[in-house]
Parts: sequence; C-alpha cells; structure tokens
Amino acid sequence: MSKQPLFEIKNLKRYFPAKGGKTVKAVDDVTFDIFPGETFSLVGESGCGKTTCGRTILGVYPKTSGSILYEGEETAKMSKAQLRQFRRRNQMIFQDPYSCLDPRMTIGTIIQEGMNVHFKRTPAQRNEKVTELLFKVGLTADFASRFPHELSGGQRQRIGIARALAMEPDFIVCDEPIAALDVSIQAQVINLMIDLQQEMGLTYLFISHDLSMVRHISDRIGVMYLGSLVELSPTAPLYEKPLHPYTQALFSAIPDVHRGKKEQRIHLQGEIPSPINPPSGCKFSSRCPYAQDRCHEEAPALRELEKDHFVTCHLAAQL
Amino acid sequence: MDSLLTVKNLNVSFNTYAGEVKAVRGVSFDLGVKEALAMVGESGCGKTVTSKAVMRLLSRSGGIIKEGSRIEFMGQDILGLSTRELNRIRGSKMSMIFQDSMTSLNPTMTIGNQIMENIFTHEKTTRQKARERAIELLKLVEIPNPETRLKNYPHQLSGGMRQRVMIAIALALNPSLLIADEPTTALDVTIQAQLMDLLRSLKERFSMSVILVTHDLGVVADFADKVQVMYAGTIVERGTVDEIFDSPRHPYTWALLSSIPGRAQESKSKLYSLQGTPPDLLLPLQQCPFAPRCQYCMPICKKAIPKENFLTDTHGVACWLQHPMAPKVTPPAGIGGYDHE
Amino acid sequence: MNENAVNSIQEQALDPKDFQIQGADTASAELFARKPVTYWRDAWRRFFENKLAVVALCLLIVITLCTIFVPIFSSHSISAHDLLNRKQWPSAQHWFGTDDLGRDLFVRVWAGGRVSIIIGVLGAAIVAVVGCIYGGIAAYFGGKVDMLMMRIVEILSSVPNLLVVIMMSVVLESSSIPTLLFAMTVTGWCPIARLVRSQMLQISRSEYVMAARLMGVSPLKIVVRHMIPNTFSVIIVAVTFRIPGLIFGEAFLSNVGLGVQPPNTSWGALSSAAQSSLLYYPYMMFFPALLIALTMLSFTLMGDGLRDALDPKLRR
Repeated sequence: MSKQPLFEIKNLKRYFPAKGGKTVKAVDDVTFDIFPGETFSLVGESGCGKTTCGRTILGVYPKTSGSILYEGEETAKMSKAQLRQFRRRNQMIFQDPYSCLDPRMTIGTIIQEGMNVHFKRTPAQRNEKVTELLFKVGLTADFASRFPHELSGGQRQRIGIARALAMEPDFIVCDEPIAALDVSIQAQVINLMIDLQQEMGLTYLFISHDLSMVRHISDRIGVMYLGSLVELSPTAPLYEKPLHPYTQALFSAIPDVHRGKKEQRIHLQGEIPSPINPPSGCKFSSRCPYAQDRCHEEAPALRELEKDHFVTCHLAAQL
Repeated sequence: MDSLLTVKNLNVSFNTYAGEVKAVRGVSFDLGVKEALAMVGESGCGKTVTSKAVMRLLSRSGGIIKEGSRIEFMGQDILGLSTRELNRIRGSKMSMIFQDSMTSLNPTMTIGNQIMENIFTHEKTTRQKARERAIELLKLVEIPNPETRLKNYPHQLSGGMRQRVMIAIALALNPSLLIADEPTTALDVTIQAQLMDLLRSLKERFSMSVILVTHDLGVVADFADKVQVMYAGTIVERGTVDEIFDSPRHPYTWALLSSIPGRAQESKSKLYSLQGTPPDLLLPLQQCPFAPRCQYCMPICKKAIPKENFLTDTHGVACWLQHPMAPKVTPPAGIGGYDHE
Repeated sequence: MNENAVNSIQEQALDPKDFQIQGADTASAELFARKPVTYWRDAWRRFFENKLAVVALCLLIVITLCTIFVPIFSSHSISAHDLLNRKQWPSAQHWFGTDDLGRDLFVRVWAGGRVSIIIGVLGAAIVAVVGCIYGGIAAYFGGKVDMLMMRIVEILSSVPNLLVVIMMSVVLESSSIPTLLFAMTVTGWCPIARLVRSQMLQISRSEYVMAARLMGVSPLKIVVRHMIPNTFSVIIVAVTFRIPGLIFGEAFLSNVGLGVQPPNTSWGALSSAAQSSLLYYPYMMFFPALLIALTMLSFTLMGDGLRDALDPKLRR
C-alpha cells in the first residue's frame, strides 16, 4: 500500500497511575498505520489495551509518549481550528448501547447534538437531516421523538451510528460496537456498517474481541496482548497462518458453529498477567507453550516476517 | 433414558405496569440422567427464566409460575415443595452457576468460607473435614495453590477464577443437576475455552446432568447432547446437537446459525441477518412469534400458532414450513454443514 | 415423550393460498408495541401508583392551603387576647381551644404553620441552590479545586449542626425568620453539595458525555444539557428529604426559646408554650405536635415516593 496513511501511530504509549505509585501500562509502545477507506481492527482479550488505544487516538486520553499523526500532522499540536475539524471528521461508536445515549434526551436531540455545533442549519433542515439519518440506519422518522429507554439494544446502537454519521465523518472508531448485542442483531449492525463504509468511503478502526466478526469486516488486523501489538497483518494471511503463538491460541479458542474438522485446541495455561507488572522479556512468555530462556529475558521487536505480515516473537520463524 | 427432570407446560409471567409479561409460554422438556441440554436464544427469549423456574428462584424477582405448570425433579414435584424441602434440594441435588460471578459471591467472605458454608448447610461435618473438602474442590476446578486461595476474597481473583470458585461451590455436594446460566459470557475467549473444557470433564466425572443456558451457539456445539432453541418464551426447535447443527429446520435457527460469519464466507459480504426485534412479550400470541421477522413467512403463519412437529423422536420443530402443504424451502447457504472446509 | 408434541399438524380447513411465502414483514417488525412515554410522564405515573405518597401529597396540599387561608378568613384574630375565654377546651366556638391568653388556637396553629412550612421549603430551596452550585463547581473543575472544596465541606459537616444553629442565633441576637433560615442552612447545604458532586462526576464519566466531547460540544453546553438534567431527579429527592429536618429544626429552636418571638408564632413555639401546662391542658400541645408530625411524615413519604418514581434503575 503506497497510499498516504490517514493515521500514523508511532511508539504510542499510554500509562495510567495506579495505587501505590505504580503505573498501568495500558498501551505500551504500539506502532501501526491506518489507511483511508480500510477497516483496521484491533483484537485481543479484555485489558489488552485496545479500547485505550482507540480512545487515545481520538484524544479522549492524552498520550504518555509517542506520536499520532493525522494526515501527516501531529494531533497534539493542532491549532484550535484544526482540532475543530478533527473533532468533526473523527467519530466514535461505543460498546454499551445503554450508557452511550443520554436517557433524558429524545433520539432527535441526540442525533442533532454534535451536528449543530459544526453545521449552520435552520430547524427545518435539521429535522430533515435527522429523518434522513434515521432512514440511513434503517429506522423511521417517528423514532426522533422517542427516548432511548424505549429502544432495543440494536436500535440504540444504530442511533449511536446515526449520531456519528451526522458529523459527516471520514473516520470512525468502533469500540466493541456489537459486544453487547444479541447474535441476530449483531449481523444487522455489521451489515449496516459495511454498507455505510462502501457508500460513504468511511475508514474504521474496529475494536473487538469477537474474532469471527473481525475476520468478516477487517482488511487488516492488529492483535494486542498486554498493551503491545503481537501481530499485524492483512486479514487473510493472519487467519490462514497466524505466526504468533498467542494469535494461534486465540484463534483455536473460538467456539465454532461451523463444525468442520476439529483442529487440536491449543490450551493456554493460566490467566492474563496484570498490566501493572507484566512479565519481563516477551510479555506473552509467562503463558507461551514455546517459551525459551531468551523469551523471558529479551523483548522481541515487531518484524516483518512475510510481506505486510508483522509479528513480535523471537521464534515465529521456526514455529 | 431415565428422566431426571421433567418440565411440562411451564408458564411464567411477570406483572409490570404495562400489564402481564408472559416470559415463558408453555415450555415442556425432559432431561435425562447425565445429559447436557443447551437452551439457546437471544435475551428475553425466556431461557434464563425457565432455568430459574426449575430452581424456583423466581419469586424474588416477581415471576409467577402459572397454574397448570409442572416441574418434576427426581420424581418430586418441585412446585409443590415447601421452602424447607426446597432448600434441602437446592445446593445439594441441584445447583446453579450464574453469569456474574462478582455479585453471586459474597464480597466480605473468603472463598474458603463460602465453599464450607454450603457444605455445612447440608451436611453435619467437622470444620477440618469441610476444609479438606474445600481444598479438594478447588483442586478439582484447577485452581492453583488451593490452600492459599482459600483465604482469598472474591475481589482478589480474576473473573475466570471466580467462575471456577462458583463451580466449586455448586459441586460441593455432588449435585445431580447443574444449571449453568451463561457461565462464560463475561469471560475472554481463551478463558472461556478453559472453563468449558473444565465443565465438560466435571460433568463426566460427577455423572451430572447439565442445563447450559447461553446465547452462544458456538459454545453449545461441543458441549451439549441436546439443544433447544427458544424464541419469545417458546421452544421453536429442539433436537440433538447433530440435528440442530446439521439439519436445522426452523428459520430462526437458520438465522442464528448463519448470522455468525463462517470461514468460507467472503469478507465484507452481506451476513444473513434478521430484521427487526423480538416481539414484545406483553402482547398475546396469536400467530407464530417469529412471523414478522421471518423471511419465509406465509399467511398461515399470521393466522395460527404452529404446533410442534416431531421429525424424529428427538427433533421437534414448531413451524408451518413443516406442514405438507407448505412449499419446500432450502436453508440459506452455509447452513447444515455446507460450510465445512 | 412430550404431551404438547403433535406428530401431525392439526388438519383444519387450510387454504393452499395460506402457504405462499411472502417474506419478512419489515414494516411491522420495528413497530412499537408500547406507547411513547417521556421520562417525566413515566415518573409521574409511577409516583401516582404509590398510594402512600399520593396521600402524603394530598395531605401536604391541604395543610398548606389551611395555613394560607385559615388565618385570612377566620373570624378570630391571631393576637387578640380574650381574657374571659382563657384555656378553653376545644369547642364549636374554638375548634382547637384557646391558650392562656384566650387566643384562638385554631387560627394560631395554622398561622404558626406558615412559619414552619416557609422555613422548611425555603430552607430546602436555599440548601439546594447553594449545594448545587458548590458541588457543580467542584465536579466541573475537578483536580485540586475539587479536593480543596471537598475538604472544606468535610470540615463544615463535622461541626455539630445544632451547635452552629444555636451559636448563630445567639451571635446574631435576633430571632426573625431570616436569621433562623440563615442559621439552619449555613452548614445544611454540605450533604447536597457532596451528592451533586458525586452524581456529576459519575455522569461526566459516562459514554454519552464522552461522545459529546468528541463531537466538539462545548463544556458549558455539556453541563447544561447533560449534567444538570441527569442530576435533577437526585436533587429533588434529596431536597424533599431535607424539608422535615428543617421543620423539626425550627420546632426545636423555638422550643428552646431561640425561635420566632410572640405575637408571631410557629408550631414549635406553640408546643413550647403548651409545655408548662401539659398535664392540665394537653390539647394545647396536641394540635401543633400533631401537625409537626403529620407534615414531617408526609414529606418523608413523598420523598420515598419520588425516589422510587425517579430512580431509573427501577424502570422496566
């Protein structure tokens, strides 16, 4: 891909202070690019830092160090006018369809809220726009006068999408948008997101732990473990031939409805270590079935093992 | 097969301001000894309410088990038992684990005491023996260093560990029936896989029957013997795992199976998805509850509720498509094992 | 096998036309089964379902109306002495009897109610406004400002409330209604400030506020449109629960002689005056005490009802 990336994330770190003067390394030295028009996914288990990473990119949290370049421009150094544009063009969809909508506002007001900051419109035009957006996410105009608690989870999530679309963005961080939804509703929302992407040329940063959905929607995937990127690859090669032992274990743990030949499941021992006190060397070394002395001592760097397929593992080539 | 649990015509309602919400509508099923039954469906389909009705855990949340319902467990009429008799069965003959292990454990008690408490309620034994049993149980659920873990409080454990402790408490008295209500929903995939493996091996070891309540068909596939798919408080399809996964007949089961993208499915292609949302359980049922969302809806579906039709001894489907007059339809691609690589 | 199971579908008079596939009815699939209910209307309905709370509300309305109109329309005056009719038991002429100066107690009780209720309601309003502003500022600025402001609140609320009130009344050397109000609210706003702050902090961490911030909505608008409306119900409930405390506080102060001065009166002053002759003329004590109790109970019950009605967690 020779295109100019939309976002360039370089050595991004985001630490949180924890009790007793310790620090939680939520995002620890992460580097990747997001190209316009693609869906880039961050996958991993809870606490791996994927949500923090997405939020830091949009500036919800200030970064601890590293750089976030938006169209070649450092986001932390943007002028007020630039920041205003940044706020409009980059949106977020949230995981919890219950807490992401203000319970005291009507759906119409919720959708209008951000739009009114950035676009000068008459009230009639605003209502028209709301109707148009509702229609776009597969709902009808009479939803505008309803309150969030009257809607089902899937409908609320679509309102969240409509609110983001109202800003006419080109980049959306989708933070576990389907995790709280029922299976049949998940497919609805994913279909909608894919349609919108194709129609409007959106770029997504899709954050999820649902590996089958991630495969379906992503162009490229970054696998995170304990704040670090362990593998970075286009979708197809990643699922065909995962290189990192963690990715392999993660994939083999997916419960599968499509009951084909069962591969031998890789059992990971133990639990995810605390990000306050990660293992030395390779962070996965404490649970890795292949770990050697070197893994406990020396942290591996992200290296390109095959074309566009990066992995953070000393042994990946041999496995 | 010997029947351990028989549920007949179970109806459960909740009274709300808007009226009577009929959460479970005429559910009947049998569970044999050592059998694993999965109840699958989306939120609000009545799967959790059904499982709680079996334990008679509904009264506190305002659920009313209607006249005419029958629940028989080991030959005993559960609905006719006094609270005292019920307490003797609960926790010893049948026990339950819940989705949220944080709220199901007492935060002010060590996990050792919580396991031992359950033993003391049902058995006269010494503290020493109960402690040994607790350690043994923690070993059984594969918790490392059980002796030190006994002294831990719930918040000192991770979600997966807590769920293991819940299982240990549930197994303390060798129950014949374990009801697991979404036991892995709050957990990560790798932990979920560990836990399901554990449950499977414990089920064999203790010769238990298990009712697994879940929304995740993937978990069901390699755990259950029998599956029943629920929708709007009724069972729309039931059968053995093979029947449900390899030759499903109900359009709702098709939808559930195919809304999870398969490996062979082209990336970013349209997923088979259901429109709309499940019906409001406030409304009386006069039609097939799935009709408004069903791709194969026929006029008859809106006129009458389909009766359950048994294709084999085990495979039942409540759908008008099974009627001889109905046209033959093929399930959407990817269903019934067409997707095997 | 299952009783419900029917091995062949019941043969009715079935029409082949009934078996043509039409597909999903997407229009009706997303229809609302329930009528639209706004938050406040829903809360209102739930409040009215609570019989006790409604009875309490009615009682409060009746008491308030009486305190307003009885002194205006009664043929007796509040302060007219009638030495011939001293210490009369309740009768058709004097419904609640007369006091030791022959003043009609019926009128005096209702007139005294004015003071008690004004102090209760006005005091609660002052407490609410001050508490909201203080708590809101602390929550909004956060960090060091928040820390400092909250420490001040902690110090203020650690001083015994009645002590402050008594000291204030003594220092200010007057016992008018404004003094009483000032004395009772000077530390009374602390719990409200704490409540508002914690509620606002919770809301400011919610995802809808994060969404608004990410869309570039200004902080002021976020406060006005998200924070305040969502704190409102909590404040209403807390304030309702403060009123009985204030009424009781006034009664207590009047009882120890720090309250309103004659000829003006209040329920507390009335019961205080009746104390000396309680054994012989218990009716003098009975009516003001009954009204204090009724009013306080009504406010508490109504507060209970409001809390149940406004708590979104109880919504279905």
